[in-house]
Amino acid sequence: MSYRFDFLALLPYWREFALGVWLTLQLSAVATVLGFALGTLCAIGRADGSPWVRAVIATYVEVIRNTPLLVQIFLVYFGIATLGIHLSANFAAVAALVVNVGAYTCEIVRAGIESIHKAQLEAAECLGLSRVQTYWHVILRPAIERVYPALTSQYVLLMLASSITSQISAEELTAVANRIQSDTFRSFETYIVVGVLYLALSMVVRLGFMGFGLVAFVRRRKLGTPL
Amino acid sequence: MPTFTIVHLEYLSWAALWTIGLSAIAFLGGGLLGFAMALARISPNRWVRNAAAVYIQIIQGTPLLILLFLIYFGVAILGFNRVPAILAAGVGLTIYASGFLAEIWRGCIESVPKTQWEAAECLAMTRWQRMTRVILPQAVKIATPSTVGFMVQIVKNTSLASVVGFIELSQAGKVINNSIFEPFKIFVIVAIFYFAICFPLSTWSRSLERKLNVGRR
Repeated sequence: MSYRFDFLALLPYWREFALGVWLTLQLSAVATVLGFALGTLCAIGRADGSPWVRAVIATYVEVIRNTPLLVQIFLVYFGIATLGIHLSANFAAVAALVVNVGAYTCEIVRAGIESIHKAQLEAAECLGLSRVQTYWHVILRPAIERVYPALTSQYVLLMLASSITSQISAEELTAVANRIQSDTFRSFETYIVVGVLYLALSMVVRLGFMGFGLVAFVRRRKLGTPL
Repeated sequence: MPTFTIVHLEYLSWAALWTIGLSAIAFLGGGLLGFAMALARISPNRWVRNAAAVYIQIIQGTPLLILLFLIYFGVAILGFNRVPAILAAGVGLTIYASGFLAEIWRGCIESVPKTQWEAAECLAMTRWQRMTRVILPQAVKIATPSTVGFMVQIVKNTSLASVVGFIELSQAGKVINNSIFEPFKIFVIVAIFYFAICFPLSTWSRSLERKLNVGRR
């Protein structure tokens, strides 16, 4: 064991590390927002759609949840290219992440929707709320508030999983690290630095979600109790 | 131009066996280490408890891909020239699985009602007896569905083992794709293989959840 650690060799690359962090944040933010929208729509469709819609969504969720993200990324990137449409690596990465996290979001939000008591729906009907109003005020908002911790964990996992998109050379933190280590031959140090950066990122993302939760869920902020 | 033939399918089947084998190694290794970590996490000693918490935080806060890279390059630093890929992949996935299983199981152990712990204490059981005779038998029941569910995650994450040079399903898919370049067909077949492994596990996990009625305890 005569290895000498040399983190100083990485110092000139701090700008690239910072850029990598920024790109990963962007990638996961876009995937989170779009994936949340897709997942919530699917959850509504699954709770309230025709048998056909339900079957399609159930299949989508099962297929995504039982195959690896890596294979999904390859399918989107290479698969669509064979159809003659050329996607940039970053676009393919976002698309694959959205499709992936949409399925998980659907399951989580569905659990939230199912936890809404039937009496709440009846009460909404008695008050003459429209379907849209019922969905927004009585079903979705409490449902999402209830499953918010699970969603947070899922989106932190998504941020970490976005490292896999480096396998199709999408631009993010891990891809940056791969480049730096082949420049400096300081592989071990590079990945330690990147590991620490991811750890920090996951804490920042978690904190961000906590903050967002306080802003978005007025009831929780005022009462401080779980729903 | 060669196309996809039965030979390729045979190759993929072998790779699928390696995927299953690697998953089994990761589950057993990760289970042992994770169980130790779960116990450390509820230890009366504050230092042990915090050390386990930090370990779990680190594992859950970094991507598996980075962990695998670290092991791959770390092994070279330790002075080993060639370590079999299965060892590197096995160690990486074991560490990964232990971090998550520890947290799942800690939750299950702690969800055994407090009265059970107190009753065991009142009966003058030792810590060991309380754990093995009272808490764990109940915790195992609570833990089974989510543990089976996590096995699905392990199987899926073995797909990253290719970065340490291990040839499993998705790496085999890449190898075939390099020779015949029909990515869509190949990766759909690879996905079907994964689905065939994971779907029964998911279904099993769900039926266990219903049968053991975990949510209503």
